[in-house]
Amino acid sequence: MTHDAMIDEWYPVGLFSKLDAGGRKTALMGEPIDVARDAEGNARVTGGNGRPLPVCVRYGHVWSSLGAPQKALFAIPEADQAGRRFVDVGVVRVRCSPLRAVENFLDIAHFPFVHTDILGAEPHTEVQNYKVEIREDEVWATQVKFYQPQAAKSASGGITTEYMYRVPAPTCAVLYKTCPPRPGEWDVITLFVQPLAEDLCDVWPWMALYDDTTTLTDLIHFQQTIFLQDRSILENQIPRLLPLDPGMEIPTRADLTSVAYRRWLKRHDYTYGAQLVAQ
Amino acid sequence: MKLYDYILSPSCYKVRLMAALTDVKLDIRPVDFHPGAEHRGAALMDLNPAGSIPILEDGDLILTESSAMLVYLAARAAPEWLGSGTTEETARVQQWLSFSNRLTTSLGAARLHEMLLRPGDITELQMHGIAALREVEAGLVEQGVRGMRFLASDRPTVADIACFPYVALAPDGGVSLDPYPAIRLWSRALRSLENFIEMPGIHRLHELKPAPYIEPGGA
Ligand SMILES: [Fe+2]
Repeated sequence: MTHDAMIDEWYPVGLFSKLDAGGRKTALMGEPIDVARDAEGNARVTGGNGRPLPVCVRYGHVWSSLGAPQKALFAIPEADQAGRRFVDVGVVRVRCSPLRAVENFLDIAHFPFVHTDILGAEPHTEVQNYKVEIREDEVWATQVKFYQPQAAKSASGGITTEYMYRVPAPTCAVLYKTCPPRPGEWDVITLFVQPLAEDLCDVWPWMALYDDTTTLTDLIHFQQTIFLQDRSILENQIPRLLPLDPGMEIPTRADLTSVAYRRWLKRHDYTYGAQLVAQ
Repeated sequence: MKLYDYILSPSCYKVRLMAALTDVKLDIRPVDFHPGAEHRGAALMDLNPAGSIPILEDGDLILTESSAMLVYLAARAAPEWLGSGTTEETARVQQWLSFSNRLTTSLGAARLHEMLLRPGDITELQMHGIAALREVEAGLVEQGVRGMRFLASDRPTVADIACFPYVALAPDGGVSLDPYPAIRLWSRALRSLENFIEMPGIHRLHELKPAPYIEPGGA
């Protein structure tokens, strides 16, 4: 295997609000790292051999890289819109490939079965037609429509929710969904995944919402509930790594996004956490 | 009756589950346990110096131990959940209520370590967790020999509710439930109770599919 292109990408390594001078010992792609706040209040990330690593602070999190990032962290323009609430949901560790965590987030067919009565319900299990495309070298799925009993904390009854999914980086996904209190705007829910090892990751969900009524704790609990329903499924997926050989799992309509994501990973040589076919 | 609650806490879930099963309405006050550590803040430490949740408040009564909360809910609304009152059964209920703490400090701590990155010696925690699971399995098998399906009685009691959540969530802490057939049957029996509620990681029983229809008289 040649140099994995993922080494030069940005990854979340901690909540900026939780940093302290003592530092947080964690790992990035197998290398132990330390994430701390320095005397000036800036985030500082140190690699295994004491070398300083690139740092950027955005969307509530500290981001770093083991390599040399060629471009700035992807943009989420909604993160600069006034009136939104920004929610640090907090870390959850999952014993699965970082790529699997993203792929599960993109899969809507599991809503009625895993998030029963919250994000989906039987018998409303049908996934309608939607569109998948590569936009400016990101994977996008649009016009995704799904019936949901309680799509957001601010939704009181069942509604048909429209979604857009976006994968701007190999271990990050952004979900846009119709925003019950503000038609015309999208709520933003992200999944930032820190690859600790090829089969172990820390997941940092984050949200930028228009919701003036729900308490912050309720918003956090809602998102943690949903993510924890996924966790046990993620930990039981076989194989552990994400297969990038298209022959290994048979796609259905609901999997279009997953197929596009896998192809996009392969094309970019984003293979940390992937299972490739023997050459 | 106000419950200071965290949606992912198995101890809080015990109280929510007991309230649902005994048809008691709780006023839920969500606590930002993770990532906010609100339970260690001044307001909640005033209420519970141990710095733990759940906390149950009912008028002047403040309870900070989940087993006491289960007993309180049962005594108030559905005394049959306390057991039949025979000497032996009363003792068994107490035995498992106290025992449940061992599940919390082993399987519960393993789960917090594996899931929310809390410190701890994971191998040690999992080992104690497995030892505790074996005791539950053995207890259930012995009850089976006595013709009883639940930990302390032939009907579910507070003892089952005290032990069920941490047992059911053992896989979250990297401890498999595969070797424990009696635990799996018991878990099914509890999950099929009327008014059972779920928490993330503990699923309801999905309706069994109807038996396949076999064409009569085929050769
Ligand atoms: Fe999910």
